[in-house]
Amino acid sequence: MARTNALKKDRKITWKEIKRQKTLLIISFFVVIYGVIFYYWPLTGWLMAFQNYKPKDGLLHSKFVGLEKFQFLFSDATFLKVIRNTFCMGALNLLTTTVMAILFAILLNEIRHTLLKKTIQTVSYLPHFLSWIIVTGILHDALSSTGIINDLLLKAGIIDQAINFFAYPKYFWPIVAFANCWKETGWNAIIYLAAITSIDPCLYEAASIDGAGRLARIRYITLPGIKPTVMILLLMNVGNVLNAGFEVQYLLGNGLVQSVSQTIDIYVLKWGISQNDFSLGTAAGIFKSVVSIALIVVCNAWAKRAGEERLF
Amino acid sequence: MKKVKHSIEDKVISALIGIFMVVFVVVTLYPVINTVAISFNEGIDAVRGGIYLWPRKFSLKNYDTVLAMQNLLTGAKISVARTVLGTVSSLLVNALLAYVVSRKRFLFKSQLSLFWVITMYVNGGMIPTFLLYRNLHLTNSFWVYIIPGMIGAWNMLVLRTYMNGLPDSLEESAQLDGAGYMTIFVKIISPLCKPVYATVALFVAVGQWNSWFDAMLYNRMKTEYTTLQYELMKLLSSVMQQSGSADSAKFNSAAVTPVTIRAAATVVTMAPIICLYPFLQRYFVAGLTIGGVKE
Repeated sequence: MARTNALKKDRKITWKEIKRQKTLLIISFFVVIYGVIFYYWPLTGWLMAFQNYKPKDGLLHSKFVGLEKFQFLFSDATFLKVIRNTFCMGALNLLTTTVMAILFAILLNEIRHTLLKKTIQTVSYLPHFLSWIIVTGILHDALSSTGIINDLLLKAGIIDQAINFFAYPKYFWPIVAFANCWKETGWNAIIYLAAITSIDPCLYEAASIDGAGRLARIRYITLPGIKPTVMILLLMNVGNVLNAGFEVQYLLGNGLVQSVSQTIDIYVLKWGISQNDFSLGTAAGIFKSVVSIALIVVCNAWAKRAGEERLF
Repeated sequence: MKKVKHSIEDKVISALIGIFMVVFVVVTLYPVINTVAISFNEGIDAVRGGIYLWPRKFSLKNYDTVLAMQNLLTGAKISVARTVLGTVSSLLVNALLAYVVSRKRFLFKSQLSLFWVITMYVNGGMIPTFLLYRNLHLTNSFWVYIIPGMIGAWNMLVLRTYMNGLPDSLEESAQLDGAGYMTIFVKIISPLCKPVYATVALFVAVGQWNSWFDAMLYNRMKTEYTTLQYELMKLLSSVMQQSGSADSAKFNSAAVTPVTIRAAATVVTMAPIICLYPFLQRYFVAGLTIGGVKE
């Protein structure tokens, strides 16, 4: 009781306390100014989406046009396709990378040889540290007409002619999903491995005594054990579904597959930066942010109702 | 009877795990090794294909050519500079901020934390940010790599979580001895935070080294400030489209070809990271677990 009182007294804003915390307050002051400039000030730029923004007039004097830019966006067939691409690729990536990471973590955990386990894990991190430039470059080589994939398919007799994988829209989404899995499986598995390690070993022992095989132990102990971690990571990433579509698509896309490769961010870049239509680019950006936040809130509420782990 | 059944199940599962891991390791490593093999192969010979894990006609010409390319050299210098400077400054500022918000008695503890957590979810987007940097004269400048990304909420939270876990009595006893907040930060908290500092430094450094989009967006016109990754991208895309640029014509005349040049440039760009990351494993594993599970 005395302690809570003392704490309360400490938190009261008094001159004495302010003087005592002078250093902390000075640091906070500069940090907040920095934050306002670089994170909060750009939010005022959202006004551009409701204006016919002209750089020479600035935010204050450009003409307001209401929702005209948004109307243009949603009547633009390209933008509708762009939404579909972003959403589908984001969802596909999230699903495949999550499944692969969980699978890899569970199987790696089953390996008892410590050195082997460590070596495989070290190898698995490698792609995470390479930039998308390098990953897409390597992928281009592997999938080129003289690359290893065509080489193998030809030798196995599955195809008689090299396929140009980057020329057909139907291959693009799977290629992007594969690229994401290749890069991030080992990295994403770190958290699942940590979650598996924290499961009580007694559970496994008890299950073995009761006659549960390895598969049964994975199914009834490991999977339920990591379920909270899986849920919380899915929740965190669902909000990012629309953000997860820029670098790979930008680097791997080409004119032939444009209809399936363009994402919201690429659209913003194209209209906003290259065509200088700042208002339209901002409007598309706002759409993305609003949908992302809505997704987080909805998923969180849904998780709460289902009694699952929540983000906030 | 039961025991026999289990051992068969055991063996089948072990075999499946073995197959999965072999495929996994091969798929992960092969493309990287193949790129290294091609980079050490003679140019014209490599075009014939059929190089897998080892160069057929060994040659160092590709590296000679790549290391003589002025734009790659400038890019490498800028990349090293931004990685070193960006990591040091970002770690320092994030650590200070985390230190402030992890003080139990700090008056605006929760408000300041919230102020930064919000930035993880809401941001102005590409266009307003671009305009802001332009107004601040950060475009066409080296500082665009350092200043805007200096404080990151996620890194700050990782540091804060770690600092929150340190005993309060450390601070209290130091204060009784007359130490101010800065002294406590430098002399007591920071030495204890070395592991988490290493983690965050690693995350920031990898991000700095690998980033290319900021160079493309903000410094496209200033070739003296573009990064190695961006120069590599220009090289790769110009070769992929087989454009008859002066560069590729120049390669064709020598014992090097676009294919081998591309491989050599890729190896040069990824070599520093590949050599370093295995030694830093325990730091990033620890950091991810702090940031992800406890948050």
